[in-house]
Amino acid sequence: MTKSKSKPQPYPIIYKNECKACERCIIGCKQEALKLSEDINDHGYHYVKYTGENCNGCGDCYYTCPEPLAIEVHIPKKKKSEKKSGKNPNLEMR
Amino acid sequence: MKVLKKPKSIYDIFERKGGNAPKLTHYCAGCGHGIIHKLIGEVMDELEIQERSVMISPVGCAVFAYYYFNCGNVQTAHGRAPAVGTAISRAEKNSIVMSYQGDGDLASIGLNETMQSANRGEKLAVFFVNNTVYGMTGGQMAPTTLIGEKTITSQTGRDPLYAGYPMHMCELLDNLEAPVFIERVSLATPKSIRKAKIAIKKALKIQKEGKGYTFVEFLSPCPTNLKMDAEKSKEFIINQMEKEFPIKRFRDKSKEVEAIIRNKSDFSIENLDKIFGIDRSSDMEPVKDPNYNITNIKIAGFGGQGVLSAGLTLAQAACAEKKFVSWYPAYGPEQRGGTANCSVVIAGETIGSPVVDRPDVLIALNRPALERFAVEVKKRGTIFYDSRVGDFDCPEGVRCISVPVYEIANSQGVPKAINTAMLGVLMEFGKQSNNVLSNESFYQGITETFISKPKLIDKNIEILEAGAEWAKKNLNIKSKNKNKI
Repeated sequence: MTKSKSKPQPYPIIYKNECKACERCIIGCKQEALKLSEDINDHGYHYVKYTGENCNGCGDCYYTCPEPLAIEVHIPKKKKSEKKSGKNPNLEMR
Repeated sequence: MKVLKKPKSIYDIFERKGGNAPKLTHYCAGCGHGIIHKLIGEVMDELEIQERSVMISPVGCAVFAYYYFNCGNVQTAHGRAPAVGTAISRAEKNSIVMSYQGDGDLASIGLNETMQSANRGEKLAVFFVNNTVYGMTGGQMAPTTLIGEKTITSQTGRDPLYAGYPMHMCELLDNLEAPVFIERVSLATPKSIRKAKIAIKKALKIQKEGKGYTFVEFLSPCPTNLKMDAEKSKEFIINQMEKEFPIKRFRDKSKEVEAIIRNKSDFSIENLDKIFGIDRSSDMEPVKDPNYNITNIKIAGFGGQGVLSAGLTLAQAACAEKKFVSWYPAYGPEQRGGTANCSVVIAGETIGSPVVDRPDVLIALNRPALERFAVEVKKRGTIFYDSRVGDFDCPEGVRCISVPVYEIANSQGVPKAINTAMLGVLMEFGKQSNNVLSNESFYQGITETFISKPKLIDKNIEILEAGAEWAKKNLNIKSKNKNKI
């Protein structure tokens, strides 16, 4: 999903079957990086998709989403703390 | 890599919900509940209080909150979360009790309990979800419905002349002394949602430290019942709800107050025996006696004549004889002056009902009591009444005995003690009819009844004897009288 190879970019993961298409995240995303799908998920809802660009890792979509299991936001650590990230491999494994 | 995702205090799969979508909440698309659930879960994780937490689900859309929170859960009757929460937080002192309630549950049916628990400063984190409408039941007007807002029960908009004004819960509670923390937050935008999380964290930190009552009100969207999409419900919250219900931290006394430490309650049997003066060394177990016929006694008069205590003394006397006994008082709401009566049943086996419909013996201390109950006395029964009642038509087949109780009691210097004088007559009457209750048992009954006023014991026994003396002189019932005491 990430565009740049040189620098890790933040990105959301949206579990499409956990989305009910309320569109709160689309409205909440200042980067306009989310859109509604054309097709429907297993429960018959349209669902939110990441356009693949412009996620800045602010987490607004995660916080405004009413479905606890629908959105995750993955945010790379900044350079200063990159050394520490090795200490917590579990997070990355998920 | 940092990952923002579902907190661990929220279940991975909602197995209690089940069905074919166990990873979706039961809430409508765009509902605020899921957002608040997630925030509370995050704070539980961050404060490391999951193991101590008890979530109380209300009646309302959040009735199934226990599907989602991985902690202790109780679902209560409508509006009763504060009562149940009080009990849990007092019984389990280490618990962190959260009461999650909507505007129907908290601000209408549960309003009184909400105010009382806040006023007591219970250790409760109340999360109040205000969406201006009843959600679960299908969009009726709530106490928080805005002026002019249309719901299915305010079709032309809420009219304050008919339905009053929106209820401001934070402002109401802010008038009370005890609450530690009160804040109103909004779920309109991601930014305000983050502020809501800060309020939740404040509230739960106060609970973690055991400092008392906290209240957080959420202005929350209900897109379904307000018939709005996400954008419109956001605008509704910002442009209308926040105008009526200002976003504000009303109070934060968390730095000034100490943890609440209440005295420990002692419900041990030893302590209760001490409080109620119960002596377990004496064997009070009744003994079966098939030869003893059941005796029903009714004592009636006005409140303050000692009607109930006379019955109690008699019951205690029968207890001392190891009979099966019941004492059943009936009185009006007033301590003095109303009518009062009690029923005493003495039996040789287990008593079926303490209610006496047909007494063998009636003791009537005033005319209304005599007129009311005389007709109920069994054939061949006996009625004792205060001679001051005057003339009275005795029912056929019943023996009526006018007793000068006032003179007897007065002769002993205690004109008030007509109940004891009457009991003395009854004691002698019983002795002459079947001799089941000894004088000693009556003395013991007096002792038990006046245990908290020991000075009165001896005097009452004297009055009892004076009554018995009168009966000896004036009653002659050694004949074939089947009635017995």
